[in-house]
Order: sequence, then C-alpha cells, then structure tokens
Amino acid sequence: MSDLMKVSSNPHVRSKVTTSSIMLAVVIALLPAAGFGIYNFGIDALILIAVTVASTVLTELAYEKLMNKKVTIGDYSAVVTGLLLALNLPSTAPWWIGVIGGVFAILVVKMLFGGLGQNFMNPALAARCFLLISFTSIMTNFECDTYTGATPLAAIKSGESVDILSMVIGKTSGTIGETSMIAIVLGACFLILLGVIDLRIPGSYIVSFVLFVGLFGGHGFDPAYISAQIAGGGLMLGAFFMATDYVTRPITKNGQYLFGILLGVLTGIFRIFGPSSEGVSYAIIIGNLLVPLIEKITLPKAFGMKGGRRA
Amino acid sequence: MAKLTFVGGIHPYDGKELSKDKPIKEVLPKGDLVYPLSQHIGAPATPVVAKGDRVLTGQKIAEASGFVSAPIYATVSGTVKAIEPRRVVTGDNVMSIVIENDGEYEEVEYSPVESAEQLSKEEIIGRVKEAGVVGMGGAGFPTFIKLSPKEPEKIDYVIANCAECEPYLTSDYRRMLEEPEKLIEGLKIMLRLFDNARGILAVEDNKPDCIELLKTLTKDETRISVKALKTKYPQGAERQLIYATTGRSINSKMLPADAGCVVNNVDTIVAIYHAVMLGKPLMNRIVTVTGDAIADPRNFIVRIGTNYHELVEEAGGFKEKPVKIVSGGPMMGFGIFDLDVPTTKTASALLCLTQDDVSKMEPSACINCGKCVEVCPGRVLPRKLADFAEHYDEEAFLSYNGMECCECGCCSFVCPAKRPLTQTIKSMRKMQLAKRGKKPAPKDDGKKAKA
Repeated sequence: MSDLMKVSSNPHVRSKVTTSSIMLAVVIALLPAAGFGIYNFGIDALILIAVTVASTVLTELAYEKLMNKKVTIGDYSAVVTGLLLALNLPSTAPWWIGVIGGVFAILVVKMLFGGLGQNFMNPALAARCFLLISFTSIMTNFECDTYTGATPLAAIKSGESVDILSMVIGKTSGTIGETSMIAIVLGACFLILLGVIDLRIPGSYIVSFVLFVGLFGGHGFDPAYISAQIAGGGLMLGAFFMATDYVTRPITKNGQYLFGILLGVLTGIFRIFGPSSEGVSYAIIIGNLLVPLIEKITLPKAFGMKGGRRA
Repeated sequence: MAKLTFVGGIHPYDGKELSKDKPIKEVLPKGDLVYPLSQHIGAPATPVVAKGDRVLTGQKIAEASGFVSAPIYATVSGTVKAIEPRRVVTGDNVMSIVIENDGEYEEVEYSPVESAEQLSKEEIIGRVKEAGVVGMGGAGFPTFIKLSPKEPEKIDYVIANCAECEPYLTSDYRRMLEEPEKLIEGLKIMLRLFDNARGILAVEDNKPDCIELLKTLTKDETRISVKALKTKYPQGAERQLIYATTGRSINSKMLPADAGCVVNNVDTIVAIYHAVMLGKPLMNRIVTVTGDAIADPRNFIVRIGTNYHELVEEAGGFKEKPVKIVSGGPMMGFGIFDLDVPTTKTASALLCLTQDDVSKMEPSACINCGKCVEVCPGRVLPRKLADFAEHYDEEAFLSYNGMECCECGCCSFVCPAKRPLTQTIKSMRKMQLAKRGKKPAPKDDGKKAKA
C-alpha cells in the first residue's frame, strides 16, 4: 500500500457531543425564560437581550482578532454568557448597560484570564455584580410599564404578602429572565434530559437553601413563605443555569454537593441577614472562588483503593 | 437483582452487527509468516532455529527466556528464511523469525490426553507453559503465571472473561456460539487447579444467545455459573469485571489473585484447552476483520504470523478506501500506518475505517464539563491528570492517583473539547514507570478490555 494510514493513540473513536453542541443546548434551554421575559416586559427586554448578546460576541471576536488568536465565537459560549447576563438585567436598564456588562464579562472576566475554560468566576454573574455595584439605582429599578411595585422578595422582606401562583408563572417584576419558575424549570429539564447538567448542584443548593430559610427565616417551614423564597429572585435561574456552569463549579462529584450546600447557606444568609432581598449572584461568585479548595478536599478515592468491597 | 456492572463507562457505537452473524472461516496463509520474538509481556523469546532450517507446523522455533516469557511455535511447515527485525503493530521493529511457507502443513506429533483427570496440577500448568499460552485479550501476559498464584487454595473465583465489551469485536461471540464446549472444558481444567474456586462465565447481556447456550450446557455443572453483565465499555477490563461479578475491587498495584480471582478471556481459555487436552501449542487465534471499509467483514481463524494483507484479501478487500486501520478494537487498539505487519498472539481484530474521528476533530479548550470524571472507571480525574501531565507536574500527578488510570480511553471518547486525555495521561504514566525502572505491572489492567 503506497499511501499511509492515519495513526494516533487509542481510542480511535470519539463521541458526537462537542463544546458547541453543549453550548447550543444551553442557549436553547434559556429560550423559554428569555421568551417569557419578552412577553412579560415587552420590546425593551428584547432589545436589551439582543444588545447584550451582540456585545459579548463582538467583544470576544474583537479581542481574538486584535490578539491574533483563533476566533472561538463559533463555540456559542459567548452567546450563553450574553444571554445569561441579559436575563439578569432589569428590563428598564438602558442599552449601554448591556454593552458595558458584555464587555466586562468577556474581556475582563473571561479573555484576560485565558479565554474559555480559564475564568475563575462565572462571567455573566461577575458582570452583573460589577453593574450592581457601579450602577446600583439602574440595576435595582424594576418599575416598568407593567409593574410598579417592589419585587416579590423585597415585598416579603418588608412584610407584605405575595401571590405564589403569579410568582411560579412569572407575572411579577424582577430581572428579565428570573421571574418565571415554569420557564426556567422547563429549560432545566431539557438540559437534564440531554445530560448536559445533573441535579447534584441544583438539588443540594435548593434543599440546603430551604432548610436554611426554614430554620433562620423567622417564618419556620411555612409553605407559603418557603415557596415564595424558592420561586422568587434569581434562585431558580442561578441554581439551574449559573451554579452549574462547568468552568466555575467543582469537577468532583462530592465537591458538587458541597458546593451546592455552600451556595444554599450563603444565599440564605444574604437574603435573611443582608441589606438586600437578593443574594444568589453574590453567593455563586463567592462559591466560584472557593472551588479550588472544595476540589482539593473532595478528591475521590480511586477504584480499588483500600480494597473496598461493594455492599 | 440489579445488573452486574461498575461505576462509569461509556456506550460507543458497537459495530458488532457487521460481523456477528457470519461463521468463523479458516485462513490458510500464502506468503511468508513472521513471528516477532516479543508477542507477550516479559523477556523476548530466544530463537532455537537458524536460517535455512526446515520446520514443521507445531515445532518450537523460539523458547522462553526467563520466568516471565513464552515460547513461540511455527504455524506452518517450511524453511526459516531470516531472523531479522520486522515492524509490528505498535510501529516498533522487533526481532522476528521469518518462515517461508511450503504449503504442505506437515505437522509434528502432539501428545493428547484422554482426560485432564490423569494429569497432576503441575503437569497441567507445565503444559500451558510449554504451549506458549499468553493472555490473548491484548496484554499477552504468560498464562501459566496467572495459573500458579502463591496460594492456590485462596482462589475463590475463576472468571472466564466473555464480556467482549470492545466495539466491533465479535471473535469471542463466534467462539462461544460455535465451540462452547471447548470454553467450558477449558474452564473446568482451570477449576481443577483451584480446589476452592467456583467458575464464572461472565457475558455481556448484548449476547443473550450465548448466555442461553452456556446456561444450558452448564446446567449440570455445580461449580460453574453464567453471569449476565450490563453491556458497557470497559466491562471486560479485568478490574471492572472482577468488581461486577464478585463485588471485590482491586487497585492497579494489586493482582486479581489478591481478590481471590483468576481471570482469562475466551480465546485464552480455548488455548488452555488445546494445550492441556490435545497437547497442541498456541498456533492460531480468531481475528475479527471488520469496519466500514471492508467488503465482507467476518471472523477468521488465523495462523499466527499471517500477514494482515492476506486477512483483508480474505475479507473481500476494501470496498472503500480506508483512512484508518486499527489492530484491535477502536478503544484500545493500535493505529497502524500500513497493513504489512504480522498477526500475533494478541491480535484480536483488524478494523478498517473510512473516516478518522481523531484527526477530523480538532482539540479545543477544556470547559471542565466533568464528563471524563463521570465515565472514568478508575474514579480518577482525567481532566486534572492530563493538565498535570502537560505541565510535567509529577508530584500532583501521583498524588491525584495518576497511576491508577487503566488507559481504557473512556475520557478521550466523551470529551466534548476532543482533547486527547488518555494519550496525555498514558505518556506520563509510561514516563513514571520508566523512571521507577519497572516494567508495567505484570498484569492486564485495562489492556484486557477487549475481551
């Protein structure tokens, strides 16, 4: 045989799942939440989502072009970041908030640390926290045409009662993508069925959070209070879409449970004892910072070490 | 009862339908036969013939040199043409005996026995050793050593590895369907060596016909049971198989005997049967010739030493131009750059593919998705180990149990970023083993995964 075959080390076959197919799945899973946000808050929400996604994607493209690096926008990770960031903005925010947030998320948090896979905290959340600190009044202005009152969580904090059903459906004020529990859970189920995410982190996060607010929230395990805490704020969006971010969560299985519990406790502390009614974003980025330590203490025991026997 | 299995593993496309329904066909070699002196783990064999000698089928042409070694036999009659380095599947040049086939197949006299009962345990082990039987699943560890552990009375299980978890391979499947009695007799011979052991025929449940057949044939055997395993790669890796069938787990530094087990694959057990009952040395094996480039994929009974070219010809040649050719299965096999290499004792398959996933998909940045951790049967962190290996961080590599990797390939298979994790980790392991001045631990590990 004159022409030689290709040679490589084993294995010689690869699965069909790729980074872009995973990221695309996440984008699709976020569409129900985004769609409901547009339905709920109108055209402003659509514009803000479009501007933010364009900002993240173009920032990545521009950086890579300028640095003569391989262009990686085809992996859809910048789209995921942009979409997540937009869903965490109030619909009333001006367009330039989306632009600044997108640039910060991609340039500062992602690219300067080495690009995809190297960021030490979730870019979308880091950008949200940056905006929250820099433009507090814009970022906490939830007064739009449809809703004039406080967000449900703020209402609970000041002792008012809330309607659980509208919170589950999402007909409340809040950021674009966080209000509808149904839309978020729908997207999350899609990702779980595809095997993109699993329930380790969301499950331990939500369970530990419920236990924490039940014990320290001052309302005991009152079903109405607990369900409002679950459905309200960014908990669902954070637990299913941001705490599960591959890059910034522990890779060890036990570490993922520990990470979820940590987030649950931190969110509880921020919501109950903090000045704001929210706490998911800060809880997750603090959790992100602790990931290396969590991985270190949850190193799994290799197969057959200590000669363990199956029960 | 829950299905017998292990934690981790993958379900790649298995391609077995290409060759599973066709009976085994015999191939008679036409060209020269090449016998590398190193087709087993341990010291290369020493030639006992010289250039120009006439040899008979079944005549010893190289003898074991040292304890961990195995003799090699001529599989045709003819003349020794040369003793020179020849290329083998791994790409290395290995000193080999080349025999020109005279096409007469004149055989030596063998010394069969009526029944294994008339042989002592030492005689049985002696016959296996003399016949040059090695682990034919891929590792090539001399079988007689496995059969003589320090404390034979402490062996509780003799496991016949009939999992055949490696995709595309159907040689064990055909052997079980066509010659099940040889497998069962072979297992009974092994049980004679271990008074307290029970025999297990461990078969993946994608072969229900084999399970039924073996169950029927062993229904009166009180010491033998058939166990159905969940179909999952690498179910046939020695350590995973022991865990699935007995619940005992061993690490890479332990031997199956430490868990009271002896494991051999189908072809090896049949070779034990031939050696003990018929007095025949190891001269042939079943090779699956398959893949989407092959016109008529099927299994062949091949005389060891036969050139791969001839196997492809027997299988009708290529119907499409192959891009990648693998000796062995797609998960553990060796990619070869051309067909001009000989069949050895451990050559389980010849897989010819019209596309190459590996070169087609370019590696990109790791996104820490954790799929490699989910599938790793060794329960290590492939992503971290590959990182440490790339930076040559020995300390971290060892403290994260890098040496527990069995090189099964699951992590590279699932990686969405298409990173060559197994390859990176494997290179580091090899360097560490070389540094310790030790040869790879004398046992099969994941290399046995084919079976």
